[in-house]
Amino acid sequence: MKRRLRDAPAAVLMLGASLTLLGVWTIYPLIRAIQTGHLSCDQTGRKCTEKGWGQYLDVFQSKQFQDALMVSVKLAVMTVPIGLLLGIGLAVLADKHLRGIGFFRTVFSSTVATSVAVASLVWFVLLQPEIGVLSDLFSDWIPALKNPGLLRDPDTALPAVALSSIWASLGFTFIVITAGLQSVPKELYESAYVDGAGSFRRFTNVTLPMLSPSILFISVVLTTRALQTYGEVALLTGGGPEPEKSTTTIPYLIYGRNSIISGNIGLKSAAAVLLFLISLVFALVQFRGFEKRVHYGN
Amino acid sequence: MATDIAAVNTTRGLRKVGRYSLLVFVAIVVLFPIYAVLLQALKSGPDSLDHPRSLLPVDLTFSTISEAWTQGDLGRLLMNSLFVSVMVTLGVIVTSLLAAYAFAFLEFPFKGPIFVFYIATMLVPGEVTVVFNQRTADSLGWINSYQGLIVPSLASTFGVFLVRQVFLQLPHELREAASLDGVGHLRFLWEVAAPLSRPTLGALGLFTFLGTWNAYLWPSQVIRGDRAHETIQIGLDRLKSNDISRLNLVTGGLVVAALPIFILLVVFQRQLVRGLTAGAVKG
Repeated sequence: MKRRLRDAPAAVLMLGASLTLLGVWTIYPLIRAIQTGHLSCDQTGRKCTEKGWGQYLDVFQSKQFQDALMVSVKLAVMTVPIGLLLGIGLAVLADKHLRGIGFFRTVFSSTVATSVAVASLVWFVLLQPEIGVLSDLFSDWIPALKNPGLLRDPDTALPAVALSSIWASLGFTFIVITAGLQSVPKELYESAYVDGAGSFRRFTNVTLPMLSPSILFISVVLTTRALQTYGEVALLTGGGPEPEKSTTTIPYLIYGRNSIISGNIGLKSAAAVLLFLISLVFALVQFRGFEKRVHYGN
Repeated sequence: MATDIAAVNTTRGLRKVGRYSLLVFVAIVVLFPIYAVLLQALKSGPDSLDHPRSLLPVDLTFSTISEAWTQGDLGRLLMNSLFVSVMVTLGVIVTSLLAAYAFAFLEFPFKGPIFVFYIATMLVPGEVTVVFNQRTADSLGWINSYQGLIVPSLASTFGVFLVRQVFLQLPHELREAASLDGVGHLRFLWEVAAPLSRPTLGALGLFTFLGTWNAYLWPSQVIRGDRAHETIQIGLDRLKSNDISRLNLVTGGLVVAALPIFILLVVFQRQLVRGLTAGAVKG
C-alpha cells in the first residue's frame, strides 16, 4: 500500500506523455465520432441538426454504404485466401536447405519494402492501357488490358486493385509464415516420418496445425487491411470507374476527394464508426472460428 | 540393389531441379513489377515506352530519374519524410520506454484499469480517428505543418506492449539491487533496462520508421496541397500526368521513394523479421 503511493508521482510522469497523446489523438476523436454520428451538419460543420441514433441505421442501409461495404468485402474475399495460399506456398517452397535459398527468401520478402503508394503506382504504370508494359505484353491473351484497361473496366478494376494489394502484402505474409515454419520442432517431423506419414500427411498433420497461430494472425491482419483499403483506391482508380464506382471502399467513401459525404461530418463520423464495428466483427468471427483449431504449442 | 540406389538418386536430383525451377519462376513473377519499373526509370523517355525492348538492360541513363527529381521536387519530399519518420521513431521509443517502465516496475493506483485503457486504444483504427483528428489539427493550426504529421503518432500502444514484455522478463533482483544502491527510476531505465532491451527497441524503431515513412491516409488528410510539407508518399502522385508520354517520370519517382527503404531493409533484415513475427508466433 505504501509502495503504491510512493511510486505514484513517478508513474504519473512516466505515463503522462503517452496517456495524453492517446487520449487526445485516439480516444477523443473516437468519442467525438460516435457522438457526431447522430448529427447532420452543413459544409462548415458548425451548424448541426440532431438526427438521432437512427442515423447509424440509415447510413448503414443507404445504397452508397451498402455498395461500399460490398466492395470492401469483395476485396477481402479476393485478397485474403489468395494472399494466404501464396504466402504459405512460397514459405514451404523456400523452407529447404538448398544452395542459394537465402537469395530466394530475400526476393520473396522484398515486397515488404513497398508502401501502399509505391505498390499502387507501380501497378498503375504497369497496367496503363496505352503504354503499360503488361498491357503491351499480354493484350493478346487479355484484351481488356488494352481496351479499356483493367482499371477502367468496372468488372476488372477491383480485381486489379486486389492484385496490387496481394503483391504488396506477399512479402509480409511470407516472412511471418517462414518464421512460423522455423519454429516447428524438427522432432515432430521425425516422429511423423517414423510413424510412416508421407510428405503430404506430414504437411497436413504437422505443418498446418503448427502454423495455425501464424495463419490466424495473417488472416486477421489481411482482412483488416482489405476492409480499410484507402490509398490503393485513391491512387489506382479514384473510386471509379464511374458511374458504377466499383472500387469505392468504405474508407474511400469517407475520405475520398470526390466523396458525396465529404462535406458532412455527421455522415462521415457515422460511416467511420460503422467501419470500425464491421472490422471488429470480422476480427472476432475469425478469432472465434479459429480458436478451437489454433494450436499454440506447449 | 545398386540400380535402386541410383534410381533414388535420380528422383532426388529431379526433385531438386523441379524445386529450383519453381523457385526461379516464382522469383521472376514476384520481381517482375519491380524490375520493369526500375528499368523504365533507367531509360530515356521514348526508350521507356518501347516494349518489350524496355525490359532489356541496355541504353541505361539517369535522365528520367533526374528529371523526376527536379520536376517532383523529390529532394524536398525525401527530407520531409526522413525528418518526420526520424522524429516519430525517436518519440515512440521514448514514450514506449517510459510507459512500459511504469507498467513493469512501478506500483500505483488504477494500474489495472489504465492498462486496459491502453489495450483498448490498440483496437481503434486510424480510419475512424482521422475525421476528428483533422479537426483537432485544424484548430491547433497544424494543417500543413510538421507538427500535424508528427505529434499524433508519437505514442504507440504496440510499442508499450512490446517493451513491457521485455521488461517483465528482466530479473527483478536487478531493480531491487539498484534501488538499494539509491539508483532512481530514470537512471535505472536509461542505464540498465533500456540497454538490456536493445534488440526489441531496434525492431520497434525499424517498424515505427517504416510505418511512418509509408503512411498514406493521415498525411493525405493533414497536408492539403502544401508542397513544402508533403511527404514522399503523397507527393509522388503529382508525377502522374495526363500526358502519357511523360508517365515514365512516375517510375523515376518510384525508384527514389523505394530505394531508401530497400536499403534499410537489407541492412536491418533481422530486426524486421523479429518485429513482424512478434505478434504471430505463439499466442
